[in-house]
Amino acid sequence: MTTSTTPSPLVRAEAVHKYFGDHHVLKGVDLDIAPGEVLCLLGPSGSGKSTFLRCINHLETIHSGQIWLGDETIGYRLQGTRLVERPEREIIRQRRSMGMVFQRFNLFPHRTALENVIEGPVQVKGENSRSAKERGTLLLERVGLGDKLHAYPRQLSGGQQQRVAIARALAMEPELMLFDEPTSALDPELVGEVLTVMKDLAATGLTMIVVTHEIGFAREVADRVAFMDGGRIVETGTPAEVLDAPRHDRTKAFLSRVL
Amino acid sequence: MPSTSVTKTASSTDPPCATEELLTAPRKHPGRWAGAVAVLLVAVFLVNAFAGAAIDWGVVRHYLGAGFLLQGLGMTILLTVVAMLLGVVLGVLIAVMRLSKNPVTSGIAWFYVWVFRGTPVYLQLLMWFNLALIFPMVSIPGVYSARTVEVMTPFVAAALGLGINQGAYTSEVVRAGILSVDEGQVEAAYAIGMGRIKTMYRVVLPQAMRVIVPPIGNETIGMLKTTSLASAVGVTEILLEAQHAYYVNNRIMELLIVCAVWYLAAVSVLSVAQFYVERHFAKGSSRPLPPTPLQRLRAAAGRKPVLR
Repeated sequence: MTTSTTPSPLVRAEAVHKYFGDHHVLKGVDLDIAPGEVLCLLGPSGSGKSTFLRCINHLETIHSGQIWLGDETIGYRLQGTRLVERPEREIIRQRRSMGMVFQRFNLFPHRTALENVIEGPVQVKGENSRSAKERGTLLLERVGLGDKLHAYPRQLSGGQQQRVAIARALAMEPELMLFDEPTSALDPELVGEVLTVMKDLAATGLTMIVVTHEIGFAREVADRVAFMDGGRIVETGTPAEVLDAPRHDRTKAFLSRVL
Repeated sequence: MPSTSVTKTASSTDPPCATEELLTAPRKHPGRWAGAVAVLLVAVFLVNAFAGAAIDWGVVRHYLGAGFLLQGLGMTILLTVVAMLLGVVLGVLIAVMRLSKNPVTSGIAWFYVWVFRGTPVYLQLLMWFNLALIFPMVSIPGVYSARTVEVMTPFVAAALGLGINQGAYTSEVVRAGILSVDEGQVEAAYAIGMGRIKTMYRVVLPQAMRVIVPPIGNETIGMLKTTSLASAVGVTEILLEAQHAYYVNNRIMELLIVCAVWYLAAVSVLSVAQFYVERHFAKGSSRPLPPTPLQRLRAAAGRKPVLR
């Protein structure tokens, strides 16, 4: 297993275990992500990659182990010998530095594209509405939707909705972006427009963790690829290492089926 | 042009057939006509019965404008508004509490619904009115203190009784509405750093409103009529006023007809209000909004095209 040599990772997961009832979903996940790094998390469905991603911003609780963002443990704090769940106020503060993009977009259907984007800045950060609208407009222009500011989500295509969702996450000016299969719910011809936006983001030096089935995207954009199977990270490395010369049998079997 | 070319190609291969002359016609609806005739017969019978009965329509017309009945109507409307406001506020609060992960909070909510939905509202009105038998004094220590009998006026007892009872029903409506909102919405709100309370009133409740408003409209109309029970604790609403009058002058049916007219008028106004509230919460919905009567009027006048 390749371990990162970066001295201070932005995100560090240590021996993360997670159960859904009796089902042991994460069986000790260890992973470091350096600032500015783009990491693609690949693996068959049910391997725990989406669950792991959702643990990073504490949408899911964990059973044991620790996830660090900078020098803080996410969701839990060590008190004596126990990791005690943090109060909601602290969890909210921690989530503000992480943006998340969902497979099914999850835009607020009762708000326009611009209203979706400014909801976080205005309601959570307390930014005044005019400056939030100016920034929101710029963000929507950046994802190519400058002409759809006042459209409701239902009036937009899947690809457009996902780009609004990306703008909504960026509006909080996160240190880290989490993408949970952002193109899996899209028609094939709409996948490209979302990947293009993500590629541009990666180029700006934003730290990104991307759960995806888009091997081509991983090869082109990722600094590092991690392959998950059965609740463990089986191997990590550069796209060339993992995708072209996989060492683990599970990785080889998976890639032979999807490539 | 295209039709002739089609017939030409068709006639060249198929046996000649005068397809163009086969026009379609809408289906016939003999049942509707039969129904309309039946309705008309019943209407004639009813009109005849009312006309033949000893109803003095002049008296009806006279009492339609009677000040004491209008005052009673005002009381009915005031009580409806106050009780519904209390009911909706309590309903939202209890629904959110019921869905809480805290077992104490959800237990309290369950108990509230169990008690106030499980006993007749008539009984609850009487209990509120006679609350002084249990709590002789009401007080906020150091701030305010009074004898319960003086605080619990007929109006206060009726508003509390009707509103708290309504809260139990409304909470179930609100809970259904909250459950109808996709869980991904909550996750999206959490992901941009919203807390649970802000998520509830910025994201979940506005979407739940589309499910909640129609039954609440229904219940408001129900409340308008249920307020007549408040006469049991001495609130002089429209029906009690009418009864007071007909005990004296014996114009029973005339006064009841006047009440019916006023109730129907008030319900009609409420229905219109509901139409506009529903439109407001349909923002971003997939179904296109029906035009408002005003828009229809404009369209009919051909001045301004109706929005699709």
